Amino acid sequence: MMFETLATYVIALCLLVGAIFSLVGSIGLLKFKDSMTRLHAPTKVGTVGVGSLLAASMLYSYVFGGGWSIHELLIMAFLFVTAPISANFIAKVVIHKKTCDTPPPPAKDETWSTLDVPEEDRDVSVANEIEAS
Amino acid sequence: MIPADTLLDIALVISFVSVALAQVLAMIRLVIGPDTGDRILALDTMVVNAIGLIILLGIAQGTRIYFEASMIIAMLGFVSTVAYARFVLRGDIIE
Repeated sequence: MMFETLATYVIALCLLVGAIFSLVGSIGLLKFKDSMTRLHAPTKVGTVGVGSLLAASMLYSYVFGGGWSIHELLIMAFLFVTAPISANFIAKVVIHKKTCDTPPPPAKDETWSTLDVPEEDRDVSVANEIEAS
Repeated sequence: MIPADTLLDIALVISFVSVALAQVLAMIRLVIGPDTGDRILALDTMVVNAIGLIILLGIAQGTRIYFEASMIIAMLGFVSTVAYARFVLRGDIIE
């Protein structure tokens, strides 16, 4: 009796946390101004929101349904694996459509994060390559 | 102190209302979204919220028969997001 009461409180807490995180994620999706900043809000829905709801469901089926059920873990693992991949694809779409700001030009090189070395650092990079090889 | 069963019922009602409201807000972003990327993101969020609603329905009715449905919706949501994004990026889904 005591265990069931305690488990019911934990289930209610997990349900509230999951539902409020889902709501916060969708509010962020609606309120942010930029496409790229809008991209980060629904990750809260994907991880904490649905993850907490699934944890509540798993605990509920253990306490009241008799025995663990593994389906929730399967859904959780699938969502956690596929959420970054789909977010990466959506970011590629946003970059492709050119609706986000491109980053400002770098201070020294011509482009960001390439092997493009400016003239005055050429000998340093050659020395580093020799040292590395 | 609220008794445990009443607390679970109240938490279920609050969760249903919150997730349904989240679904409506994502749908507003789907309608007004100024760009294709925002619409794809809103559809992805709606799929995840639909999974949450199905899980809440399973808890409220005390059955386990909805997990296959939510698993299939999770897989179809991922595949459809990737298909939309590939269609925008490459102009074709299967090359």
